[in-house]
Amino acid sequence: MKRSLATLALAASIPLALSACTGGTSGGTSAGSPSVATSVDAAKPVTITFWHGWSQPHELKAINATIASFEKAHPNITVKSTGNITDDKILQGIRSGNGPDVVSSFTTDNVGAFCNGALVNLDPLLKASGIDKDTTYVKTMVQYTSFKGVQCALPLLGDAYGLYYNKAMFAAAGITAPPKTFSELKADALKLTKQTSTGYSQLGFMPLFHMYENAPAHWMSQYGITWLDSSGKSALASDPKVTEFLKYQKDLVDSLGGAAKLEKYRATFGEEFSAQNPFEAGKVAMAIDGEWRVASIKADASKVDYATAPVPVPDELADTYGRGYIGGTIVGISKTSKQQAAAWEFTKFLTTDTQSLVNFANTINNVPSTPAGLASPDLSKDPEFQTFIKVAGNPNTTTTPASPNGGEYQVLFQNFAYDYESGKVSDLAAGLEKVDKQIDKANAQTAG
Amino acid sequence: MATLDLSAAVSPGLRRRRRKQRLTILAFLSPWLLGTGLLFLYPLASTVYFSFEHYDQINPPTWVGLRNWSYVFTEYAGFWPAMRNTLWLVVVMVSLRVVFGLGIGLLVTNLKTGSKLFRTVFYLPFLAPPVAATIAFAFLLNPGNGAVNTLLGHLHLGQPGWFTDEHWAKPGLTALALWGIGDLMVIFMAALLDVSREQYEAASLDGAHALQRFRYVTLPTIRPIILFAVVTGIVQTMQYYTQAIIAGKVASGVVDSPGTSFEPGYPHGSTLTLPQLVYSLGFQHFDTGSACVVALVLFALAMAFTALLMRRGSGLLGEED
Repeated sequence: MKRSLATLALAASIPLALSACTGGTSGGTSAGSPSVATSVDAAKPVTITFWHGWSQPHELKAINATIASFEKAHPNITVKSTGNITDDKILQGIRSGNGPDVVSSFTTDNVGAFCNGALVNLDPLLKASGIDKDTTYVKTMVQYTSFKGVQCALPLLGDAYGLYYNKAMFAAAGITAPPKTFSELKADALKLTKQTSTGYSQLGFMPLFHMYENAPAHWMSQYGITWLDSSGKSALASDPKVTEFLKYQKDLVDSLGGAAKLEKYRATFGEEFSAQNPFEAGKVAMAIDGEWRVASIKADASKVDYATAPVPVPDELADTYGRGYIGGTIVGISKTSKQQAAAWEFTKFLTTDTQSLVNFANTINNVPSTPAGLASPDLSKDPEFQTFIKVAGNPNTTTTPASPNGGEYQVLFQNFAYDYESGKVSDLAAGLEKVDKQIDKANAQTAG
Repeated sequence: MATLDLSAAVSPGLRRRRRKQRLTILAFLSPWLLGTGLLFLYPLASTVYFSFEHYDQINPPTWVGLRNWSYVFTEYAGFWPAMRNTLWLVVVMVSLRVVFGLGIGLLVTNLKTGSKLFRTVFYLPFLAPPVAATIAFAFLLNPGNGAVNTLLGHLHLGQPGWFTDEHWAKPGLTALALWGIGDLMVIFMAALLDVSREQYEAASLDGAHALQRFRYVTLPTIRPIILFAVVTGIVQTMQYYTQAIIAGKVASGVVDSPGTSFEPGYPHGSTLTLPQLVYSLGFQHFDTGSACVVALVLFALAMAFTALLMRRGSGLLGEED
């Protein structure tokens, strides 16, 4: 009995040791110059695979229309696309050798990880095709698509963030204009909030960092915060604006009823990308969100009476109102692609064909990534969408820096911010210093 | 020595027969040897080897010595919370599952009427797929509008933030584990039905009441089954992943959608377990070396727990077994 039990226990323990670590040692190459032809033999049919993240019906319709335009212009190339793909899946696919030819990601934070050998360097292909990246694409977008001098991706539409507000609720509360400063945001949020003994019948603004697009990075751009210093070290503790921001957010949380009460209300919200989104469903009066929400509200047939405005700024930076955070969709070619010439043809079309870019941007309400697209007379004139075009073009608008391990520095800070907003952290300065150390160690561990 | 002398004295014919016997034994053993070698020893050796390498699964690995070990134990923020959570689950969840499983087993074996109905009622939840069961539980236990808290509110009782309050997240997961107790119930039922009726009768004649009959007749008889339940429970709990990650995802509101990176452990790292770290380090951060360190820690813990429980005399396996 005992021996059989021992065998059983050993057998049951085996999977623990086999969990993750039997990877082979197939060496890859860091993103260097791909030795591929930049033109495709038009007589030879080629099929390429394309992984992207769009998932909502109107988004899929838009990307499929773009693919159809490409296939019409390149009859020998067929594009097989798969949607709703996350960055984890992209990186795992490429590492396993079963990745697609062309990939698209919504997370510019991961450019550092992509440039670490997963995607090919596009500079030689741009050069061979006679494309000057600095004049063809919006300059800040070119910056967030390269890491340490390797242009491993190109921008395909941008995402700017703004404030959505419920006009009917504003009118009912006697508020005539959207808040422009953090003080106004707090005052309006309190005015628009109707608390009950156990929760809320209406919440002016959900300040918790777990609230979908309320990620610290999306707010902190309003201060122009420096995440990493010039040597790549975390600089959160030494930047007084970080402390100021966290204190402001905590004060807002406490003023609106405290983290526990807000968290209980947040648990009743539907999914972010659905008609049950709390802003669309009228559970909150204001929300920080991306420009895509304009299209989602239409697609979901939401009856919310809304308007958009830039995200408010700190009081002392009131003159910079109009700024925001910008990220975007990026496109690159997998290092495992065996059809790199056709993949480049498709990438080039996706990122430079003005008409296609404008049609795509209009359908999913994204910001075009080329000056030609932004200047196009065909670009949507919807005033709610135009807010985001202006935020994207504002000189004070910023993005987050690329790092070798993607957005790990943001995740570590975010985890700390969750603890701070809920009152678990008493010594803010010491906590931020600890986060700095964690970020530096995580970056050093990734560097190898 | 005697064996050596004897082997030296055997005839060539006998030696040939013995060699043939050995080869036959090896031939019969070969599927097991092959399986163990390929599926256990080689991966285990690889895991140990990669724990000393920096390997991002795309560039060639490089030797870094003990750096991954030092990083995981002294610098990686998630390791100790995950270790504490895993040990909490091992101690509390496994104990409660065994006690609850045995209790339900006793109940349904001793019921005079309706035992079939109770067996079905307690076994059915075990058949629910873990992901579906966890999502259903997260909705039922939703602190804002879940059925459980609504009922508790009507009864003027406290309304915990089940999967949103760090103090209630693990008890919530434990409740889920107890709900799906059907597998243990069946095993205990079989063991309880195997206990000799004569022993119960003899104990009753000696004047033993129900509790004494359970203590002195039932428990010693089913002790190997309890040991089995505890050991397999510990090993299963050491691999606890799906329910914790799904509950965290549903409760945090973060959909695993493009552009949104869900970090396991919501709320405040309370549902973070060591297997999640293996996945997160290995396949989200592509830090293979550190993932291997965590996998080895898990393996060592599982072996240590098993050895402790099976130690003759002081473990669950008694002297007489």
